[in-house]
Amino acid sequence: MRPIATPLVAGALALGLAASAAAETTLRVVMHSDLLIIDPIWTTAYITRNHGYLVYDTLLATDAEGNVRPQMADGWTVSDDGLVYTFTLRDGLVFHDGEPVTGADVAASIERWGRRDAMGQKLMSFVEELRAPDDMTFELVLREPYGLVELSLAKPSSNVPFIMPARIAATPADQQIEEPIGSGPFVFDQAAWEPGNRVVYRRFEDYVPRDEPPSWAAGGKVANVDVVEWVSMPDAQTALNALITGEIDIVEQIAHDLLPLVEFEDDIDVININPLGNQYMFRMNWLHAPFDDQLVRQAAIAALNQRAFLEAVIGNPDFFLECAAMFGCDTPFATDVGAEITLVSDFERSRALLAEAGYDGTPVVLMHSTDLQVLTNLAPVAAQLLRQGGFTVDMQSMDWQTLVSRRARKDAPAEGGWNAFMTSWVAADIMNPIAAAGFTATGENAWFGWPEDEELEAMRNAFATETDFERQRDIAFAIQERALEIGTHMHAGQYFVPMGIRADRVSGVLEGPAPFFWNVTKSGG
Amino acid sequence: MLGFLLRRIAATIPVLLMVAVFVFLMLRLTPGDPAAIIAGDNATPQQIVEIRERLGLEEPLHVQFAIWGGNLLRGDLGQSYFFRQPVTSLIAQRIEPTFSLAAVTIVITVLVAVPLGTLAAYRHGSWLDKFVMGFSVAGFSVPVFVVGYILIYVFAVELRWLPVQGFVSIREGFWPFMERMIMPATALAVIYIALIARMTRASVLEVLGEDYVRTARAKGQGEFKVLVNHALRNAAVPIVTVIGVGIALLIGGVVVTESVFNIPGLGRLTVNAVLARDYPTIQGVILLFSFLYVLINLLIDIAYLFLDPRIRY
Repeated sequence: MRPIATPLVAGALALGLAASAAAETTLRVVMHSDLLIIDPIWTTAYITRNHGYLVYDTLLATDAEGNVRPQMADGWTVSDDGLVYTFTLRDGLVFHDGEPVTGADVAASIERWGRRDAMGQKLMSFVEELRAPDDMTFELVLREPYGLVELSLAKPSSNVPFIMPARIAATPADQQIEEPIGSGPFVFDQAAWEPGNRVVYRRFEDYVPRDEPPSWAAGGKVANVDVVEWVSMPDAQTALNALITGEIDIVEQIAHDLLPLVEFEDDIDVININPLGNQYMFRMNWLHAPFDDQLVRQAAIAALNQRAFLEAVIGNPDFFLECAAMFGCDTPFATDVGAEITLVSDFERSRALLAEAGYDGTPVVLMHSTDLQVLTNLAPVAAQLLRQGGFTVDMQSMDWQTLVSRRARKDAPAEGGWNAFMTSWVAADIMNPIAAAGFTATGENAWFGWPEDEELEAMRNAFATETDFERQRDIAFAIQERALEIGTHMHAGQYFVPMGIRADRVSGVLEGPAPFFWNVTKSGG
Repeated sequence: MLGFLLRRIAATIPVLLMVAVFVFLMLRLTPGDPAAIIAGDNATPQQIVEIRERLGLEEPLHVQFAIWGGNLLRGDLGQSYFFRQPVTSLIAQRIEPTFSLAAVTIVITVLVAVPLGTLAAYRHGSWLDKFVMGFSVAGFSVPVFVVGYILIYVFAVELRWLPVQGFVSIREGFWPFMERMIMPATALAVIYIALIARMTRASVLEVLGEDYVRTARAKGQGEFKVLVNHALRNAAVPIVTVIGVGIALLIGGVVVTESVFNIPGLGRLTVNAVLARDYPTIQGVILLFSFLYVLINLLIDIAYLFLDPRIRY
């Protein structure tokens, strides 16, 4: 194993605009799961988002510094009153079916995304009209100024506002699309798709990349390999063995406990493509005792600490970070304000808060996911810390899919409901209080756990309508304080998932919130 | 004979019907919601409800069963929630790797286990006999995935003689097919070699003491002929029974083996479908497996007729 590197680097090859040599090159990759659904607007599944980045392009995109850049757009203007955003499309953009990309396609795609995605829904609540004055122009007209127009359209993670032909985007938002036709750098080879076995993408010869070097989802998306093949391999050990023997070029995610297997392999690099990483979350259910009481929720947060979770699951400190920022460290709205309490356990405070709340020992039904390596050890740690903090805990083990189903139930814990569970977010999904689902506090319509707090909702609305970044940041900081005060959730540490690549023949892997396959070169077939 | 066959085939219908009802109900009682899985981790509760409605999961159970049963009678196993393909197509795509693995495993098993068990019986009490008995215990005890990982480590990672994973159809060449099939079939065969060698040994040992074997020897027949023509032939009924049961059990064994060696067969399809609560796919695959169980048992019964002329149906 070579030392851990950030691939930015490899990005020196960013300017590797030269197309590959005559022989067809196939990049074989083991992804974190099978591609089951090909509609990146219909599902938030990360594997489908990753598929989307190969097949589709976006109007705007976020770069590595968090700036919004034009992508399919050549540029955009905002009217003086802040109500009309006019985007001009780049020349030469075509879909995989040969049809040119038009403003009408953009309008239809944004409209469908806006029906589905949480940040899109928020944006659409401010939108008066989406229109295409001509083929090369798309206009977004607001009812009142909204501060997150560009950030929304450049949303880097699920659901990404990918652009598809208007006839396909006309598919109702609650139905899956049938034709995966985009204008991205790779074409989905539907005939070669064997669900649960392999997915094949071929270079789109008519794709016109931007001239700028690639940076996250922005910049020139140059396809340097002819074929990207996702090979489904459910067994992590087998995937790593296949990487060692060279049958596979990239393993998207290596389980942390398997890293020693590649430690002495000279031809394998272990890299971290996502410098923002992922964030653990301890989520409480506001509907039922004992977490229907703010003091009890505060007691839980006081009992927990990030390091205990990170050491139990990730173990290797090269791959985790104690981070007080609820919006993720190194993000525009990162702050420690009010969040130091998440870094150390304060059992005395926890017990005092429970006493003040009159906690009667009602057991906390804590759902424990047993089958995903990055989640498995979380609940046992939480259970132990909560017990030390004075709670009675009933930890119930189940596979992740059962947990996902059960968390949607609002019943009392004794009737199939729950009190708490732990999960993980890609940091790019939680970089602001509108995108981060954990902050919605609209009660029954909020994300699982259903917190309800008018003050927090008012702050989120103020954040959304604020157009000045400095003031937006102040509001985000206040939102963090408020969320921890009322106990929407506890952020339980940041971690990074290593990617394994065959360094003897693969280069140019980019950093990003998702694995990107443009700019990647491979020597040999 | 014909009457027997017709009766047996007719008997499969209530068996499959019971399996269908049982599987349908069992899946609905299992925790987990395919809609929540399809929707993704960030989905809102409203999106999950929408998907449940679209999949027909909001209908009462008896309505869901009636729809599925009606389609089943027309030979339609339904559409996978996830792959959005007919379950019959999914099964058709996956059947070749699984059958290939099962066939190679059976060939290896029979070629190794029957001679080994016969020799062990013939050399009763010798070191060979003790080896076969010891191997049987070890073969039963070591899980398939452990044997698989050891084989991968030695022959793929260290020696680089064979690929770690994957499947190539025999239509693309015998060696490309076999180089990916040797390790998984061997890993899977170990337990069946142990089982069948032990059964063959016991069975042959029993008939070796029979009068007709002593008579054959008294007539001056060579030991090889005595073993093959008299002992093994008369010991065949229990051996074939165990081989048949072994083939049926293989269907369960391929689930693990296909995961370890990344073979895109029915075993992996089943695992994926169970994890995703893809009800139509699980139901379809289990019905197919049940049908195969019944079919194999029928074939074993028919084989008895040829192995033992005394048997009449």
